[in-house]
Parts: sequence; structure tokens; C-alpha cells
Amino acid sequence: MNVLECAGLVKAFDDLVAVDDVGFHIAAGETYGLLGPNGAGKTTSISMIAGILESDAGTVTVGGTEITTHTTEGKAQIGYVPQDIAIYPDLSARENLRFFGKLYGLPKEQLDLRIDEVLEVIGLADRSDDRTDEYSGGMKRRLNIGIGLLHEPSLLILDEPTVGVDPQSRNAILEGVEALGHSGTAVLYTTHYMEEAERLCDRVAIIDGGKIRAEGTRRELVELVGQRDTVNLGVVGSAPRLVEALQPISEIESISAAEASVEILVEGASELLPRILDTAQQANVGISGVEVVEPNLESVFLHLTGKALRD
Amino acid sequence: MRAAFIIAAKDLSQRIRDRSAILLGLVAPLGLALIFGAIIPDTAGGSFDVFLGYVDEDRGQVSRGFIEEVLPDVVAEGLATATSYADLDGALADVEAGTIHALYVFPEGLSDGVMAGQGGTVRLVGNVDQSISTQIAEAILDGYLAEVDAISIAVGAAVLNGATDPEAIIATAAGAPAAVVLADTEAASRELDIVTFFSAGMAVFFLFFTVQFGVSSLLEERFHGTLPRLLGAPISRWSILGGKALTSFVLGIVSMIVLAVATTLLIGAEWGDPAGVLILMLAGVLSALGIMAVVAVVSKTPEQAANWQSIVAVVLGLLGGTFFPLSQGPAILSLFSKLTPHAWFLQGLGDLSAGDGLAVVVTPALAMLAFFVVTVALATLLGRGKVLAP
Repeated sequence: MNVLECAGLVKAFDDLVAVDDVGFHIAAGETYGLLGPNGAGKTTSISMIAGILESDAGTVTVGGTEITTHTTEGKAQIGYVPQDIAIYPDLSARENLRFFGKLYGLPKEQLDLRIDEVLEVIGLADRSDDRTDEYSGGMKRRLNIGIGLLHEPSLLILDEPTVGVDPQSRNAILEGVEALGHSGTAVLYTTHYMEEAERLCDRVAIIDGGKIRAEGTRRELVELVGQRDTVNLGVVGSAPRLVEALQPISEIESISAAEASVEILVEGASELLPRILDTAQQANVGISGVEVVEPNLESVFLHLTGKALRD
Repeated sequence: MRAAFIIAAKDLSQRIRDRSAILLGLVAPLGLALIFGAIIPDTAGGSFDVFLGYVDEDRGQVSRGFIEEVLPDVVAEGLATATSYADLDGALADVEAGTIHALYVFPEGLSDGVMAGQGGTVRLVGNVDQSISTQIAEAILDGYLAEVDAISIAVGAAVLNGATDPEAIIATAAGAPAAVVLADTEAASRELDIVTFFSAGMAVFFLFFTVQFGVSSLLEERFHGTLPRLLGAPISRWSILGGKALTSFVLGIVSMIVLAVATTLLIGAEWGDPAGVLILMLAGVLSALGIMAVVAVVSKTPEQAANWQSIVAVVLGLLGGTFFPLSQGPAILSLFSKLTPHAWFLQGLGDLSAGDGLAVVVTPALAMLAFFVVTVALATLLGRGKVLAP
């Protein structure tokens, strides 16, 4: 059974259409990723799904209950972890958890129990009574997530939870999300880090310009690109001249040039690489480095949008 | 409703913890009320003492008229005490020492000159540090001398017309003028005494700073990123706004009540009938809440809101007469003051102090409620679609 179903979500800010006909579903225990660069429409989409932002069109149901900005019933099933750290700096972790737990209607005994459990899970039990403005960035980030987990939601929405997090805390967060998926919680995870989407998500939607460009498992998405490899060339000289010189090679699917690099999408990079390097030499363009990347979600994004998945 | 209470409880806990509400809601107004009440003399309520002295070297009709007719009335009104001096040097020494604030010296031959139609001079010596007492002494004397002038003119006219018995003419003339009027008793009864005035004035002035903590905390929620969390919680959006308004209301009404009790117990302020005072306080808090909500709605950051709210609070406080009685200022000020809840609040307390019953607070309370209704409508209009935007 699907925990989340959303369809036809649209949101425009004046003339800018931030989200255009976005729809997907997430089953219990499934981790679903929204992968896209900054400004792709990820946060706007999940804001509508969480009932925070009013949509111009479309529907959202969680556990069969419709979610809008004015409904309250279904929201109790959602745990929302915003991208920015959203805690009260002058309250302790325990006080933050208690406040939001009360808003979610947890009975006192259950709330006390859950607060202790969550503090253990996020590793803040020994600092639970300290003001959070005395916490490190990683500790704040963990509390930010803990508040979303407190009421044991059936759908947890995580909006880029690892942005600005040190590697150790990041790994802890990713492990926690993996554990949530195994426990039966439906997870909606937005990120612009391809590795996170590949590691965590059962299915991924690639979103850009407010539209979902493709959706599926990693395998399904990679098949969209075929068995194409990405060849990244470090260039000493004119990247546009190299692009022009490589145009006649028919096996090359697409080429994009940056200031000192060229990205080439080809099928069978290892066979074609000598010819590419010869062409660069003939064009009098120096090569400072070569990297061959086998198909991944980054390649899929490049294939679908014609641009790299970067900040 | 339950969510509104939870949010208000959290906000109140934060405000009490950072001491800002206690500082602005209690410490500052109480401190200023104590200071103002101590350093500014009470000219309206009779608790300000003027120490007067006189030296009568004239011993004639003019000096006796003042000493025996005017000064006893002034003393009986409780405005001053009067001391007789036989020795001018001793009297001047007491003025210098501040034992008396102002000294009247009636020179020898004064009455003779006046009765001869030649006029005369009464000397007034004031202590340099008691300018207000000296002004009061001068005003008392001016009133009497105006009367003496009238008598002098009447005497002169009578003599010119052939009258031969000056004593009889003076007795007739002295009986005609009205007695010296020292105060407008109706106006005085509707003004608060100085201690109560500054207690109430500071309370309503700082009320506007106190209530801003609640309405502006919505901007802080956005600043801290917690507003989206509140919007995503299973609570109605009205409960978020209600929680913030409740925070403002509780802070405002508690600070007013505590200040009223504290100033009553500590410095003897007389706020009046508690029921009437409470009605005025409730209406005053609501009007402050509405005005500060408008400022919060048009602000983009908590800092901007705090700055604007401070400006609005100070301007309205000054215009509303919280730092000085409006009766002491120009008439136009009294007119403009009606554009502030402060003036209505103080007027309500003043009317209440006159002992005319609870009915006198109805008009001021309704005026303040009108501020509330208009400003809340304005805040709703200006904030539509953006106050609760994530």
C-alpha cells in the first residue's frame, strides 16, 4: 500500500513555474529520492507534500488522508525535516523535542519515552539539557532530524539533510535513513548528491526546472542512457576547438565544454579513447587529465537535461 | 486552541528566560515611575510642599490682607506652609539655607502708598533651587496684587470724586472683588496625582514594548527556520497566530497588573477602582497588540520589526502624554493625543480617580478597542498570504 500519493502538483511564483505537474508515490518501507540541482523544485515540491505550502493544482494523500495547508489530520503521519536547521537555539534538545512532541499530540508518558529514545538514536542523550546554541553544526543537524522522527511518522520527508554536514555526521545520517527504510517507514529524500541517491533510494525521480524528467530504480534510469560512458578530459588550450574537432566522430553521443574541460558521452569509452586523444593532438589541444566514468545517475541527469548535476 | 496554549507557553518561557520581557515589562517602567515620581513635584494632587515665609514691616492694610486673608487659605488648601519672620536677615538666611522656598517682604509704608494712590512694591525672594515653589509663591502674590490694584484704583477714583473717608472707601472696595481663586477644582479632580500619573504613564508606555515580544516572534520563527515546522505540524494555522497573540496579551496584562500592584504598594500610587482599572488595562493591551501586529506584518526581519516598534512606541508614548500631563501642554497636543491609546488610557484612569463610577471608563475603553479592531483588520489585510508563508 502506498503511504504517499501525489499527482499533478503545480506551483508558480508570479511568472516562475517552480513545480510543474509533479507526481509520484511511495510505499511503506520504500526510500524515494528526488534528485536535482539547487532550484530544481525539490523543496517546493516537498513543501506542498508536507502541507506547508499551498499548491496551485494537484493532490497529496498520506495514508489515504488528503493533505493541504489547512488540514491537520494527515499531517500527524508526516515527519518533516527542513533543509535549514529548524530548532530553538535558546532551548535544550529535550525542550525542543518536548515542544514539538506536544504539538503532535503525544501523551505525556509516551512523549517522555520517545524523547529519551530519540535522544539515544541521535546521540545527544548526554547533552540533552544543554542549550542548542552551544551545539556543533552536526549535533544541531541530528536534532533537526530527531524532531522529525519523534512522533514515529509513517512518512518521513528529509530535505537535503546532509548539506553542510561533516563526513562523520553525514555517514551517521545516511545510516540512520537506511535503518528507517528497513523499519517500514516511507522516506522521501531530496538531494543533489548523486552518491546519496544511489546509496539510499529504492527509486529516484530526476527533477529539473520543476519537472520530473525520469523516475525509476537506479537500473531503470541507467538503462535510459544505455551503456554510455562519460569521458572527462582536462584540457590545456581551447576546449571549444576540441569540441569542434570531435564532432565528426559518430560514436560520440554528446559533448559539453567547460572552461578547462570537456565532457563526452560515448558508448564504449575504452575502445574510443585512443581516437579521441589522437583527435585532440591533431587539433593541437593539450590533455591534462582523463577520467572515464561508467553510467550512473550523474550520467542520467546529464543525458536527460544536458547539464551536470552540480550545486 | 490547545496548540495556541502550547505555543504561547513556549514563547513565554523563552521570554522569561532571556529576561527581556521582565526588563521591559517590569523593571524599566517601575524604575522610571519611581524616579519620575521622586524628582518631579506633584502640583496637581497636593502632595508637593511649598514652604513660604513673610516679613511684615508694613503692618498695614495691604500686608494684613495678604497675611490674614490669602495665606491662611493657601495653607488650608494644603498647598503650602507659611512662617512669619520678625527679622529680615534671619528670613533671608533661611531662604538661602532652603528652610523656606520663597519669602514675601512687605516694606514699611506699603499700605500708606497704596492708599494714597501711589502704589508700592512687595519683594519676593526665592531659593535658587526651588524655582517651582517660587513660581507658585509669585502666582499667589500676583492674584492678590491684582485685587489690591483694583482697590487702589477705586480709592483713587473715590478721592478724586470728593470722598473724604478713605477707610470706609477701602472697606467697600475690598468687599466687592471675588476672593482669589487658587485652582480649577473640577480640572484638578480629573487629573491623576503625580505618582499615579507616572506609574500609569510608564506602564502604558512600556506596554507597547512588552507586547511586541509576542507578535514579533513569528518573524523569529521564520528567522530560526522553525516556522515551516509549525506549518507542517497537525495544528491549525490560526492556532499559530493565536499562540503569538496570546503571548503578547499575557505579557502585557501581567506587566500592567504587577506594575499597578507594585506602584500602589511601593510609592502609594492610586490607580482607582480595580474593576475599572482592569477594563482599561484589557482594552489598552489589545490596542497595543493590534498596533504592534501591524508593524510586525510590514517588517521583514525581527530586527527591523524591533526598530520600528520602538519608534512607534516612543512616538505614541510622547504624543499620548505618558511623560508629562497633557494639561500642561498646548491644546493642539491634547487633540492629537486622542490618536493614541495612551491618552485614552490615562484619561480613563483620571476620570476613574474622580470617583464617578465605572461608567466613565466605557468611552476610553471603547476608543482603545476601536484601535484594536482597526489595526487587527489592517494587519490581516497587509499580512494576507505572507505572514504564514514558509
